[in-house]
Amino acid sequence: MKMTEIRFSGFGGQGIIRCALISGKALSLYDKKNASMNQSFGPEARGSACSSQLVVSDDRVLYPYITRPQILISMSQEAYENYEPELRDDGILIIDTDLVKLKPLRGKIKMFAIPSTRFAEEMGNRIIANLVMMGFFTAVTKVVTPEAMKKALPGLVPDRFLDLNIRAFDKGYEYGLRILEESKKKRPKAKPKVASKPKAKATPRATVKTKPKAAAKTKPTTKPKPKTKVKPTTKPKLKKK
Amino acid sequence: MKKTKADPKGVLTGAHYMDGDHALAEGALAGGCRFFAGYPITPSTETAERFSSRIPHVGGVFIQMEDELASMAALIGASWGGKKPMTVTSGPGFSLMMENLGLAVMMETPLVIANVQRGGPSTGLPTLTGQQDMMQAKYGSHGDYEIIALSPDSPQECFDLTIEALNLAETYRVPVLIMTDECVGHMHEKVIIPPAEEIEIVERKWYTGPKDEYLPYKNDKDLVPFMVKAGDGYRFHTTGLTHDERGYPIITAECQKVNVTHLIEKIRKNADKIIKIEEDQTDDAEILIVSYGITSRVAVRAVQKARRAGIKIGTLRLITAWPFPEKRIRALSKKVKAIVVPEINYGQMVKEVERNSVDRCKIYSVPHLGGWVHDPEDIYKVIKEASK
Amino acid sequence: MKKEDRLEKNPIEEYLRMDRIPHIWCPGCGIGTVVTSFIEALKKNKEDLDKVAVVSGIGCTGRVAGYVKMDSFHTTHGRAVPFATGLKLANPDMKVVVFSGDGDIFGIGGNHFIHAARRNMDILIICVNNFNYAMTGGQVAATTPMTANASTAPYGNYEYSFSLPYLADACGATYVARWTALHMRRVTKSIQEALNHRGLSLIEVITPCVTLYARRNRLGDGLNLLKYYYDQSVIEHGADTRTLDIAYQGKLVCGKFIDKEKPTFLDAMNTHLSNVLGDDYELYGRINNEND
Repeated sequence: MKMTEIRFSGFGGQGIIRCALISGKALSLYDKKNASMNQSFGPEARGSACSSQLVVSDDRVLYPYITRPQILISMSQEAYENYEPELRDDGILIIDTDLVKLKPLRGKIKMFAIPSTRFAEEMGNRIIANLVMMGFFTAVTKVVTPEAMKKALPGLVPDRFLDLNIRAFDKGYEYGLRILEESKKKRPKAKPKVASKPKAKATPRATVKTKPKAAAKTKPTTKPKPKTKVKPTTKPKLKKK
Repeated sequence: MKKTKADPKGVLTGAHYMDGDHALAEGALAGGCRFFAGYPITPSTETAERFSSRIPHVGGVFIQMEDELASMAALIGASWGGKKPMTVTSGPGFSLMMENLGLAVMMETPLVIANVQRGGPSTGLPTLTGQQDMMQAKYGSHGDYEIIALSPDSPQECFDLTIEALNLAETYRVPVLIMTDECVGHMHEKVIIPPAEEIEIVERKWYTGPKDEYLPYKNDKDLVPFMVKAGDGYRFHTTGLTHDERGYPIITAECQKVNVTHLIEKIRKNADKIIKIEEDQTDDAEILIVSYGITSRVAVRAVQKARRAGIKIGTLRLITAWPFPEKRIRALSKKVKAIVVPEINYGQMVKEVERNSVDRCKIYSVPHLGGWVHDPEDIYKVIKEASK
Repeated sequence: MKKEDRLEKNPIEEYLRMDRIPHIWCPGCGIGTVVTSFIEALKKNKEDLDKVAVVSGIGCTGRVAGYVKMDSFHTTHGRAVPFATGLKLANPDMKVVVFSGDGDIFGIGGNHFIHAARRNMDILIICVNNFNYAMTGGQVAATTPMTANASTAPYGNYEYSFSLPYLADACGATYVARWTALHMRRVTKSIQEALNHRGLSLIEVITPCVTLYARRNRLGDGLNLLKYYYDQSVIEHGADTRTLDIAYQGKLVCGKFIDKEKPTFLDAMNTHLSNVLGDDYELYGRINNEND
């Protein structure tokens, strides 16, 4: 039985929950997998750390929460710092280049980075950054098929923005494929896999980064992003009684 | 018992990706519920939200009441008005509902309450899971009575068991509880909604005899009295007081005995027909796991590990929590060495397991006080201990 | 024999569950007279009794549901109004009447009343106000006038009391009247009007509680007190509801204070959802009252 645990993380308002919903729906309804999606509920709303989790399995999902995720997607510094420690040593880390400042990578963690928010802004709307990220995630992890992801969109994104969301997804997906292609080309030249200390293989525009410095160097082209905690700007959404 | 097919207007046939709360609302609509009165409370609110957005297209009423006392009262009124009513709540609201749950029991009124359980007591853990209201479900309102409570383990079962609950409520003229929890309520999974013609609906046991001979509490062979609805000219009376067949208050020990015995017996004597359980590998099991709701899924991980370790272990899942499957537990307790009962509370249903196995086997409770589900490892440790 | 039968037959028999008579109310209590007025109103309005339901809570007045020969519901303490709400919404072509006491509707059930009034739920509430909790032995209530004695206010009441018409008005009730039990014809007329009124109606009827409130406060027997309340009343139709406080053994301003039109809960629901959703909306219940 193959099981994959995925955590999507960022801050409220980025559409983090939506990411898990889209992936979960795609996997469950169109990729013939079982995917249970859970989110952390709290009185927080926009601006604070936010995460959702997906357990994907060929058989029925039993334990509904993730324990040691194989895949972590972080779209904010706080989320990255919160959840990076639980990522498996051989897991996959996916970040937004401009929003996350990396620490040294542990073990055999594979890291993929994309300036998803910047891409979204270039496409005219920052709100679709999560879809750029989803395209990227689909390309580099191959957990879910791009066809299923696109099929899952109607009903989960507003109808009038469906095309834009699909384009955002494609943008991220194509970027992901390119990154994979580039890293494949470089791989044969790289040192043997067993290398405990993977050396930096600088790739254009600091995309596949294996060295923390590379990230530090990347200059954000967008407005400065909140580094740590963003205070909730709205009232708590969920009623506590 | 007259059966029909679901009204296609309420059935959202197809494959969906939805959480348990939403599935409760879809189950209600598919199961024929056309009246929903409720009060917002985490983690159950999504059900009310979905129902309120769907019902205008289906035909029916959603009303957000001023509190849970009112929600329950409105449900009973609506049920006597001919509707199949439902509400949803969580711990604090469930406590308030206990008042009129008693009235619904006494008036023998069909209705459904879903409790998306969270950690308690009091406000407790509004956004985190628990299974701490299982005994309240059975004994929460004052006085002696029997009730039906179901425990779904997935969004799919939230859908299926809501239809079942609406049907059971009509079959036995009794309030039926759906005791789910925050984890299932907020978990998204695939939910298949079948075509309307594949969904069986139990019609209310309508009385059809002469108008002046109608007795709202006269037993039928199956112990369930016939019902009428307000406005049809029967000019009946019903009360929360101890009453006779006419529904007239009779404040005596004799009438109390007949009245309350009836409320209890109509469920107990039909228990075999009501109870649903799911067993796996209990034939030659030495250890038995009894669990329900989300915990039964979590426990399977421990069970798988135990089997790999060579332990002969079987599982029994309570789909019906109340009435409790006494007979089956009694039979299994004669065969197994030990019964392990994990649940997200300090040990509630385990008391029923104990009561029904007396000293025939060892009983191990695996409590968890809520906020999260069990770590399967914790359950496994107890299984190992029990198998020694 | 037939002649004798006819003579003995009470003219309101067909409206009552005669197999439950005698009732439990004390001699001199005003609840019975209010029930008589209610039945008179049903008769005069030629109401189809199959389409009238009576819902009561708990208390002395709460027993009314048990005596009237209509679909009748004796519910829990304070919850008659939300019960009636459910009944009405499930069966919009019925006329639903809540018949209960001051403690039931405005004490334990106060929250339900204010919300039913806010929604302009189409129900008629007849509240028999006897200034105390009578069924349980004469305890102080939300309606007990200042200084009056009660079993749990043995040195006299020092809590402010509710003015029911003022409360109802403030909450959005669309028909509000107050009478004493001896204003039988006026009570009847108000009930007749209110039965045809669409929206939430409140009729407060002040009655003596002979056994408890009257005796504890040495106010004489029931008949005397009935008459006293009647004599103390001043009829001021349309009076400003802010001026309707009741002082201990003081003036009782009676009359019809509010009678206005406003969409009921169901009207508002149907109109609004039709406007917003158009043909996608499944109309619920009937839209127009045939009696209008």
